[in-house]
Formats: sequence, C-alpha cells, structure tokens
Amino acid sequence: MVNEGNREPQYKRVTKELQISPDEPALVVSHVYKRFNVASDPWWRRLLPARGAQNGAPEPENVNGNGKSLKARRGKELVTAVNDVSFTVQRREIFGVLGPNGSGKSTLIRLLSTLLVPDEGEIKVFGLDVVKDEMMVKRLINRVSVEAAFFKKLSPQENLLYGARLYGLAGKEADRKARVILKRLGLKESSYSAPMEDMSRGMQQKVAIARAFLTQPILLLLDEPTTGLDPRSKLEVQAVINELRDDHDATILITTHDMNEADALCDRIAIIDDGKIVALDTPENLKKSIRRNGHEPTLEEVFMTLTGKELIEKDDIEGYQPEKILAD
Amino acid sequence: MLKGMQIEARQSYAFMARNFNLVKRYWGWEVVWLAYSIANALSVTFIGAGAGEITGQDNINTDFLITYLLIGTLVWHFLSGTFNVISEMIAWERWEGTIEYTLMAPVRRYNQIFGQAAFAVVYILLFTATIGLVVSSFFDLDLSEADLLGALVILLAGSLSFVGIGVVASILPLLYPERGAQMTNIVQAVFLLVSGVYYPVSVLPDWLQTISKLSPATYVLAGMRAALLPGTSDQSLWSYVAPLLLMGVVMLPLGIHLFQRAERYTKRTGKLKRNG
Repeated sequence: MVNEGNREPQYKRVTKELQISPDEPALVVSHVYKRFNVASDPWWRRLLPARGAQNGAPEPENVNGNGKSLKARRGKELVTAVNDVSFTVQRREIFGVLGPNGSGKSTLIRLLSTLLVPDEGEIKVFGLDVVKDEMMVKRLINRVSVEAAFFKKLSPQENLLYGARLYGLAGKEADRKARVILKRLGLKESSYSAPMEDMSRGMQQKVAIARAFLTQPILLLLDEPTTGLDPRSKLEVQAVINELRDDHDATILITTHDMNEADALCDRIAIIDDGKIVALDTPENLKKSIRRNGHEPTLEEVFMTLTGKELIEKDDIEGYQPEKILAD
Repeated sequence: MLKGMQIEARQSYAFMARNFNLVKRYWGWEVVWLAYSIANALSVTFIGAGAGEITGQDNINTDFLITYLLIGTLVWHFLSGTFNVISEMIAWERWEGTIEYTLMAPVRRYNQIFGQAAFAVVYILLFTATIGLVVSSFFDLDLSEADLLGALVILLAGSLSFVGIGVVASILPLLYPERGAQMTNIVQAVFLLVSGVYYPVSVLPDWLQTISKLSPATYVLAGMRAALLPGTSDQSLWSYVAPLLLMGVVMLPLGIHLFQRAERYTKRTGKLKRNG
C-alpha cells in the first residue's frame, strides 16, 4: 500500500554528519509506555467508600512492561496514557492514528516529537533513538498540532521566518518558500504581513501547516491538522500532504477525527483506545474486518465498533432502561 | 564546520529578530513603559535634589547625591531589565503557547540563551541610555572626569552574571507553569534590597551585608560609582570587574546545565503542554 513511486530515495544524506539508509523504516515504535501522575481526589474523599467499587473489586493495579508494580506520587493517581504501543511506519507512508478524545493520540505524537520521554520502550526515527539522538531526530521531524501555536501579534511572515531560522534556513530563502507554500494553501498575499491575531482559526492553521512544510521534514507529524478548516481548505491541505510525500519523499503520521480524511489519505491506520492499539491495517482491510451480511461498512463504523463506542440509535434511546442496567 | 556555525548563528539570530519584532508590534506598550521608567528615575533623582530641604541642611552636595541616585536607578534598570528578558524567555513562550514548538526545534539551549541575551543587552542598553539622557537633561551634571569606557566595561561584565542568574530563574516558569513567572520577582526583590542600589551597602545589617557580597549587582553599582564619581573609591576598576567575570563564568554554564536538567524533567513529567 505504500506509494513507492519510481524515483530513487532523495534523503540518503540529510546533513553532512547524518547519513540515513534508504532501507531503514521511517519510524519504529516498540513497546512504548507513558504514564502521568495526575491529581486525584483530596485525602478526605479517599476515606469515603470508593465509587464504582460496589462489588469489592480492587482498583486496577499499575504495572510496568515487566509486571513490576508502580506507585503514584503522594496525592496523585497514575494514569497510563500510552500502553505498550508498537508499530512500524515505512518511509513515504501516510500512517493514520485514530482514536476517541483522551485515547493517547496526542501523547503519542509528543513522544515521537521529543516533547515527552517514554517511560519504557523505544522509538526510532530512521534508526535514530528519540532520546539518545534527540538533536538529530529533531532535524528530521516537524509537527503541526491542533492548536496553531504562534506569537499572535506577529505576522505570518515574522512567525514563519522565526520558525525557519530555528531549523537553520536563511531568511531570504525561507521568505521565498513561505510565500509559495501559503499561496498553494490559498492564503491571500495581503495576510502575509498582518498580525496573526487578525486571522481566522482556519487561516492560522494554514500558517501552522506552512511552518512545518517550510522545513521540509522527512517525518511529518500531524496532530489533527485540519480541525477547524472549511471543506475546501481541508482538500487543499490533503493535496499538499500528498504532494509532500510524492515530491519530497516525506513520511507522514497523522491523527484525525475526520474519517473521510483518514480514508482518503492514509495507507494504513492504527486505531488507539485507552492508550492501546486495538487495530492496525489498511483502511480497506479494517472495513473488511467488520463486514457483515453484505453491508459495506464505513471507516466511521469501524472506529465505533473497535473503540467499543457504537453509534447511539433512536431505538437505543427509546429502549433505555436504567434499572435494568443497574440490575445487570 | 563553517556551515554548522552559520546554522547556529541563524538560530541565535532567530530569537533576536523575533524579540525585536515583538518590540515593534508592541510599540505602544514600549512607549508607555519608557514614560513610566523616565518618571520613576526622575522621582528617585529628585530626592537627591531635595535633600537639603528635607534635612534642613545647606551643606549637602546635591549634585553628588543626584548622580549617585541616577547611577543607582539606571544600573538597576539595566540589570533588572536584562534579568527579566532572560528569566521570562520561557514565560513568554507559555503565554503565547509556542513553548512546545520552540523546544521541539533542533536548537541547542546555549544558542537560544545567546540570542535572548544578545537581544536583552542591546535593547535594554538602548532603553537605559534613553532614560539616562532624558533624566540628565533635568539636572546640570558634571561628568567631565567620569570614566565612561570603564563604566561600560563594568556594566557588560555585570550583565554576564545576570544572564546566568536569569537562566537559572527561567527554570521556574518551566517547572511551575502557573506561578513560575511570579516567583522570579522574589529573586529580583532580594537583589534590589542587598545590592546598594539607592544607598551604600554599609548601612545594611551585618547579615544582609554578607548576602550582598554574593550579588553581582553590588560590584556593578560600586564599580559604576567609582568610574562615574571620581574620588569615591581608591580601588582599581579591575577589582570590580574580576568578581563579576568570575561570577559570570560560574553562573552561565551552571544556569544552562540546570536549565537542561529542568527541561528533561518537564519532558518526563509532561509539564510542557500546560499553558500558564
């Protein structure tokens, strides 16, 4: 399913001291865990009978990958955001990660982009470890997050030149490239030097996408990049993502809540729920896996089925019997 | 190697250019701040002008007192301004929500700190010089015997250690997203108290005088007064510059080291993502 194209891979040599084998997978995530200490109930509430433990069932125990018990910090609760996640992304693949809110998608992206350190497991980007070879990995990646993070008083030009210089690009070169990318994304020339705060959320998101494209990452991490964009803008962004892969040999990992977008863009999709990968395959195979009685399922139905969150039908509401559920 | 140095220079310049762009975009606020700073400096120096009337004594050398207070207020403006720009480098990013983007970029911390420090020294020096020129125009000050070059050397040597202290203080907004920026004010308040900004350190209680020896601002202020008010000290300028350079050599690498450790801690605990 990976679109290999006819050309020789162009990124054997990324910088003078950084050599990358074309046979190396773009991304290898193996048995990664990430846990956080989050605020729990105050001490007096913990003295009260535990809610949701009516049958005397013990609280779920936190254990690491070797089965060793883990303790939360005092007054905190240990939450496992990413739980034994493993997958491989081949170069020039567009790999989707789908999951409900709070399922661990953004934590996973932060782990890949060196903003978080995994508690266990290993993440390799073109054979480089994200912890040990952090600086080299940073040169290969860029990320677009759901929040368009900018200096709001500055213009797209000032923000983009700042971002490009951080990646070592010269101002003039970055300015020329930025104008081309923004034009391609449908941003008006007049908006280029106006403050970001005067722009709509969708336009800001386009500038965020341009900022990432500007540095020509060979692994691009897109965390819900089209959230807040109108349908035309979504299509423009999707076209640029494909172009980045086809023309610039980039590998793309994308999280999205837009199932049509995932279906149209992704070569393979991982569905994540409660920090765990519950399915990983091509969109076609995922749909096949839940096909019943000749009904052709959509990716949305696959998502609902595999994350255990079926669509609520009218019949469900009419037949809702809380007493029966409690008795069960 | 040359290419690598060029890239690192661009990265440092990115922070300088960004900060000057922010100054340009917030020009209204900068004008207000300049007006406030001038008024503040004038208020302090007029205390010197009115010393005779306040005490009822005619033999007070008010010109000397005005210059003494003016040096205090300008040096403090420069040092605290430099400290603020450095210590708030993380706080700004938290306010704007750009911290993850900046820390994800392939930039070594010393390049970031160099860019931020270069901006701080150049911008705050220009700002302080403007205040100095405006306030001086209100008084008939005689600086004909002043060692202006020596004063500049002391100021720059002092800024080195203040950059290091600022880097250490910038860890607070990194570790404490909600209250870290306010915590840095405590550090500044202690320096203001013990360093002899508006009075000689000798008037402080003994225990505060001991603490004052650890403050680089003490040496900057004493050195500046020795350079600009001839006859007030028999020590050479080097005796003020040497401890400042020593503090800078210790504080700067220590600050960067502690910052890197704090950054690693935030990446382990997930504290980067919260905006203050």
